[in-house]
Amino acid sequence: MSSNSAHYVAPIKADVVVDAVRLGEKPSNLWLDAWRDLRVRPLFWISVALVLLVSVAALFPSLFTSFPPSGQGAADLAKSNAGPEPGHPLGFSFQGYDVWSRLVHGAGISLTVGLLATIIGTVIGVVMGALAAFYGGFLDSLLSRVGDIFFTIPYIVAAIVVMTVVPREFRSVLVLAFAIGGFSWASTARIVRAEVLRVKQSDFVMASIALGLSRFKTMVVHVLPNAMAPVIVVATIGLGQAIVAEATLSFLGVGLPNVVSWGADISQAQASIRTAPMALFWPSLALTLTVLAFVTLGELVRDAVDPKSRAQR
Amino acid sequence: MLAYILRRIVQVIPVFIGATLLIYFMVFGMPGDPIAALFGDKQPSPQLLEQLRERYLLDQPFIVQYLNYLGGILRFDFGTTFSGQSVGEVLARTFPVTLRLAVMAIIISFVLSIVIGGASALLKGTVFDHAMLVIALIFIAVPIFVLAFLAQYFLGVQLQWFKPTVGANNDWGDLWLPAIVLGFSIYAASMRLTRSSMIETLGQDWVRTAYSKGLSRGRVIPVHVLRNSLIPMVTDIATNFGILMVGATVTEGIFNVPGVGNTLFQAIIRHETPTVVSFVTVFVIVYVLVNLLVDLLYGLLDPRIRYVK
Repeated sequence: MSSNSAHYVAPIKADVVVDAVRLGEKPSNLWLDAWRDLRVRPLFWISVALVLLVSVAALFPSLFTSFPPSGQGAADLAKSNAGPEPGHPLGFSFQGYDVWSRLVHGAGISLTVGLLATIIGTVIGVVMGALAAFYGGFLDSLLSRVGDIFFTIPYIVAAIVVMTVVPREFRSVLVLAFAIGGFSWASTARIVRAEVLRVKQSDFVMASIALGLSRFKTMVVHVLPNAMAPVIVVATIGLGQAIVAEATLSFLGVGLPNVVSWGADISQAQASIRTAPMALFWPSLALTLTVLAFVTLGELVRDAVDPKSRAQR
Repeated sequence: MLAYILRRIVQVIPVFIGATLLIYFMVFGMPGDPIAALFGDKQPSPQLLEQLRERYLLDQPFIVQYLNYLGGILRFDFGTTFSGQSVGEVLARTFPVTLRLAVMAIIISFVLSIVIGGASALLKGTVFDHAMLVIALIFIAVPIFVLAFLAQYFLGVQLQWFKPTVGANNDWGDLWLPAIVLGFSIYAASMRLTRSSMIETLGQDWVRTAYSKGLSRGRVIPVHVLRNSLIPMVTDIATNFGILMVGATVTEGIFNVPGVGNTLFQAIIRHETPTVVSFVTVFVIVYVLVNLLVDLLYGLLDPRIRYVK
């Protein structure tokens, strides 16, 4: 032993130090907290179950029904607007198609268009908002004004114009999704811009740039992931709204031709509202419940990730 | 205040030009022939095609077409409908009906949101509050045409409280059913905004001060809290206006109200592209103007807004 070790060193009480940082507790982060908050709420599980059910129906319609929803031989005109009978729980439509089968097969187009439109709108919104906020200056002014222009035209109205112009033979799922998503990104862009401006002030962003990471990489790796919470909320609610937009366009006759769609079925059933209201009721119910599930999910996630709205409860 | 008004007006101009350019580009600037698309499967005569091309200046470069169209808008010439009437005349006939409908809808939604949103805020966390929030969520989710059909079937056909369709004669009284449907399409968002705005105001220090001065609840809530909670509702009217226009198109179509929305509805169903463009342009102009007005009103109500930036 050297003479240095003769100095007095206070004994470390290991248990006290460990206790001070509470290693025993699970690490706390935004999404983990949100999950703890969500998993005890019955409405969350009801919405998740509904979304799963509609998704399974969209992917594997044959699991739920063995009758074709359209095409040659599927319709029995003798049963036009007939009531339920064994094997056909919801009766028949005006053209004699099985209503339950039309419901199940209609889920596909609603979800596909809704999902694609939301992805398109969200990607455009995130890119525009993030670029505007991160680079600022002239680019910010330019992109924000472009956003204002798109914000001025209600996206359903814009989608109506696009779909009226596109000839029937060119109308596809992708065109429809672009018509909806291409005009609904402005609100996402505004939110992303505000979030990125907020996160940009954080010390860890300055640390990342000081440590030599390029500005672009800092934005992608550190800023954007921390600005995503409100985007996910808006996208979930937006998915519901995109489904409404698809149904509205189909209802107006400017949706996709020759597909089974809840909106088109509602439009067709309106003629016989007095004699066969149920043919109108079922697709309306399916549409509303699906949209409600997405909107509720979005609202619950918003509550769970936003401390401000949590305080208002 | 004058500087604020001027700044807002100057800001509106590029947005207006951009929005009309965008609409015009979507229809006439895209590859493909909008005139041929008008006829669908039918073959029009070459003379008719030529005539229509000339009418819409399709032989000119795109920017010339657009400037001509913009010039028309500035001279309040919105073009002619497919059946040959001038859009201006059609607007003069249909706009008062739509305005009446919109005013009724806004009043219905406004009154309901203040009563129910206010009660929800005061009863925060109770069964009433939760039930009202769930109902609001349902109204957010249900598409307007579903709401319209439900109302038409239950209130019009089954209970016969209202006429199921409106038709040519349309006094204030005849418009109740479409106005209720349209009102409920914007009610949910307003009600939730009133609620959260009230809750925020209720937590302010000056509300506590008012109570500690000895003022009664009956005076603090309506005079101090409600009045201050109403300021965000003003912007809400502008935001809702977009929903209201789409809603008016669908509702007027379903209830056969002879308004602007119904004209657009019929044009969409019949694929009359130029008419659709004319009316969408009118919608965008109205939307921009309403937003401008609301911004100015907001600046008047809340002095803090005027001095930002």
